[in-house]
Amino acid sequence: MLKAEDYRVDLKEIDGLKVNITSYRIGSTYYCHIDNVDPGAVIARSEGESHEEVIQATMARAMERLKPKVR
Amino acid sequence: MQLYANPEVLVSTDWVDQHRADPGVVIAEVDVDTNAYNEGHVPGAIGWNWQTQLCDVVRRDIISKEDLEKLLSLGGVSNDTMIVLYGDNNNWFAAWAFWQLKMYGHNNVRIMNGGRKKWLAEGRGITKDAPQRKTEHYKISDFHKNFRALRPQVEEALHGNGSVLVDVRSNDEFTGKILSPPGLPETCQRGGHIPGAKNIPWGLACNNDGTFKSQEELKALYEEKGVTPDKNVIAYCRIGERSSHTWFVLKYLLGFKNVSNYDGSWTEWGNMVGAPVEKGA
Repeated sequence: MLKAEDYRVDLKEIDGLKVNITSYRIGSTYYCHIDNVDPGAVIARSEGESHEEVIQATMARAMERLKPKVR
Repeated sequence: MQLYANPEVLVSTDWVDQHRADPGVVIAEVDVDTNAYNEGHVPGAIGWNWQTQLCDVVRRDIISKEDLEKLLSLGGVSNDTMIVLYGDNNNWFAAWAFWQLKMYGHNNVRIMNGGRKKWLAEGRGITKDAPQRKTEHYKISDFHKNFRALRPQVEEALHGNGSVLVDVRSNDEFTGKILSPPGLPETCQRGGHIPGAKNIPWGLACNNDGTFKSQEELKALYEEKGVTPDKNVIAYCRIGERSSHTWFVLKYLLGFKNVSNYDGSWTEWGNMVGAPVEKGA
């Protein structure tokens, strides 16, 4: 049966905003999602073939999403 | 869990692992992130989408009686089934589903303490396969409207009827510093909170592993802000899901008799012309 392996949650900051970076592997696929800590909604996610690849891809998406809004 | 007012509403990840295939038990995952279920889920668990299946998709409202009957029937849920809910982000939307199921009178519903996060972190078995379940014929015959607060009840609370409003959003949303959580769409015209509301962010009720804090810790958390069981409590947030989590805590873990969820929340109040708004702490 499948299971999540290498599960970890790291608290980091992107442009001064706290985010949780959650990563794990299921089978041969690596997953990562980033949430905004409070309230914890996922703002970016990726899957890929290596840990580094999914972290980088998810970070890039999160940074785009967290850009200051122009009104 | 024995000190909670209603400890039976929680089941552990261990319990789910042992009983997930029991006849009469249906496990359902409800996530904030609607992609999560497809990554892998508890074997045998069905997935419900809060954006398309647990609400009215035409007008802004909770799911209708007819649609819930259909959803439950197709999920293999009968009126006697034990439904065990779990989800990501400390059971945020699992609590939203729990609130609606209880409102529609399904008594045997539980939450898996710690949710998806704890299940994955513990390395428990998962699958990508969606289960095939035999269709049942679910009938709803009850509706507990007092579990829900609508705008008129919130307006009455502003006029000193003994109710206490609990705003469970982040402090930055409460004070009006931001209009929405970082990275999420701004869905209101004005920032701030309903006058007189107490700010107790929902996540303070959880431990780092996603489980609920102890009865003593929860009691202290709410009592410190004057939120006590003798009061009529109305919880709200931005769209009503974080506050359903707090509603669950107050009603079932602490045993408050009179607590309701104002699911209109800030997306209703913060857009209403002329509604009183307080800014700052």
